[in-house]
Amino acid sequence: MRFIIIFLILLLFKSISASESSSGPMPKHEWSFNGITGTFDRAALQRGFKVYQEVCSGCHSMKLLYFRDLIDIGFSEAEVKAIAAEYTVIDGPNDEGEMFERVARPADKFFTPYSNDSEARLSNNGAYPPDLSVITKARKYGEDYIYNLMLGYEEPPEGVDVGDGMYYNKWVDGKQIAMPEPIYDGSVDYDDGTDNNAKQLTEDVVTFLKWAAEPELEVRKNLGIKVILFFLVLGIVIYFAKNRLWREIH
Amino acid sequence: MSDSSEPKKYKNPFLNWIEFRLPIISYLEKEYGDYPMPKNCNYFWSFGALATITLVVMILSGIFLAMNYTPHTDMAFDSVERIMRDVNFGWLLRYIHSNGAAFFFIIVYIHILRGMYYGSYKYPRELNWILGVFIYLLMMATAFMGYVLPWGQMSYWGATVIINLFSAIPVIGEGLKTWLLGDYTVGNATLNRFFALHYVLPFVILGVVGLHVAAVHVHGSNNPAGIEIKSKKDTVRFFPYMLMKDALATCVFGILISAVIFFGPNLMAEVDNYIPADPLVTPAHIVPNWYLAPFYAILRAIPDKLGGVALMFGSIAILFVLPWLDRSKVRSCNFRPIYKWFMMLFFINFFILGYVGMLPAEGLYLLVARIGLIYYFVFFLVITPLIHRIERTTSLPVGINDVYLSEVNKN
Repeated sequence: MRFIIIFLILLLFKSISASESSSGPMPKHEWSFNGITGTFDRAALQRGFKVYQEVCSGCHSMKLLYFRDLIDIGFSEAEVKAIAAEYTVIDGPNDEGEMFERVARPADKFFTPYSNDSEARLSNNGAYPPDLSVITKARKYGEDYIYNLMLGYEEPPEGVDVGDGMYYNKWVDGKQIAMPEPIYDGSVDYDDGTDNNAKQLTEDVVTFLKWAAEPELEVRKNLGIKVILFFLVLGIVIYFAKNRLWREIH
Repeated sequence: MSDSSEPKKYKNPFLNWIEFRLPIISYLEKEYGDYPMPKNCNYFWSFGALATITLVVMILSGIFLAMNYTPHTDMAFDSVERIMRDVNFGWLLRYIHSNGAAFFFIIVYIHILRGMYYGSYKYPRELNWILGVFIYLLMMATAFMGYVLPWGQMSYWGATVIINLFSAIPVIGEGLKTWLLGDYTVGNATLNRFFALHYVLPFVILGVVGLHVAAVHVHGSNNPAGIEIKSKKDTVRFFPYMLMKDALATCVFGILISAVIFFGPNLMAEVDNYIPADPLVTPAHIVPNWYLAPFYAILRAIPDKLGGVALMFGSIAILFVLPWLDRSKVRSCNFRPIYKWFMMLFFINFFILGYVGMLPAEGLYLLVARIGLIYYFVFFLVITPLIHRIERTTSLPVGINDVYLSEVNKN
């Protein structure tokens, strides 16, 4: 009887978690942030940010991040100020009632390439480059999907027609994507001497994207270990107390 | 302010002061201290306590979330992300609340499973069962509205699908739908009122839970053997025996929910809800949260819109009358050898309905949903009322104490 109940409860968990898709199994990549004790590799985050800045931010916004968030990546306050200062923002109105341009500050949001959706679509063949702030949470398989997607550009197989302005990619739904292949070997130069082949560039930028979506990851996992340990210890103590108590009832 | 002629109840003068004005001290002593519980209650009996704890956690986390949330279509999604990033431990509040809702339903489903299997809905606990189903209904309404608040793609489109069902009602349907929405489509008016209602309903739930617990305490708890308490030997005081059992259950629950909150916070989430709502882009698959999926499967199994709505509400309404559908004098399925298997099949069927409810309503999944729907209603309307005529129940044990001792000696 007991086992049937346990079976039912396990069945419940199976029906809760996401169902499998049909385009083949998603290869899982090894990430530094995976696992119970996962952490972000700060060097990878900084390299990933450089890739985002030089390759992605031309079309993709990251509206939910502020320049000041970059402190968590390991930049100093002065470096963050310098990064922000590379961009300008519209501010105002000033005392004369006019809007004006000023240099961005750490307190400002990340630079957005287009002022609105229509402008974004116009410059990208009608497709809207999605905001990347929570992209690893907004796609099934998250970071593994983005990683495989970036490296998944191929020649279309025999007989498959690729639409105008579209590119063949084996991981996207429908196999055609409006984004041209963004990353090649040597697309971005790294300051710390790390090899800049396409796989490395992709790994670093996806690590950065994961951080952008879940900046609390390290604190979360750390606290999680402590909380579970607490319940475990408390549970063991209560277990023995309960058994001792109930022995009198027999 | 002088001595009354009555003997003081407690040594502590502070307790006496309160007791004389509001006898809450003796109330707590009676209901949570001396309260007699059947000795043989297993851990299924701890799920009510777990549900109450979860409700309190949901209310507390919800209040602190509400301090930082903005219920306007232009700002809702961003305000939730602000909670995740800038509010101190905002991410924790959010994940506690979203995963707490899922675990609340898991606990309540197991709690209902206990009620059905052991016949806790039977005389004299019928009203308690009805209050419980009412709580379940309120939970579903609260969860549905809560899911709309982050204003993601699934929030918007799930709301659109479900509210559109109301327009299936003949004559008043369209007007009713517009009145509920506050507009012709799901929009800011809807979001704002859903926020107000989502904030208020949990307190209604709290009130009904109070009635539910009070109702249990009138006749006492049921037990796995389903037989009456005959003497004091059959019971233990709630404090500390059952309190310790509930405390242990809470620790195990704490480990499980913490594992999800801290290491898999988005396991039960729909990825599409991390995309801001867009009325111009329809997601490929619109699904509710998994805990509403069985009813979604029933809804989609019928090709007719009004038929689907009627059967969906009917499948919840039928729960209310279960005490009158089941005519067997024997409570616990432990002693009902035939009905027991139909009951197990019902639970498995419910899970299967939930599973196909999350998938597209086509092909094999649609067929399974239809078969599941048929068994769901056949179980309540045919099997349950008639089975007691052909079933030979096994002989009931003499007393609870005997059941308890035989179980202890087995181990």
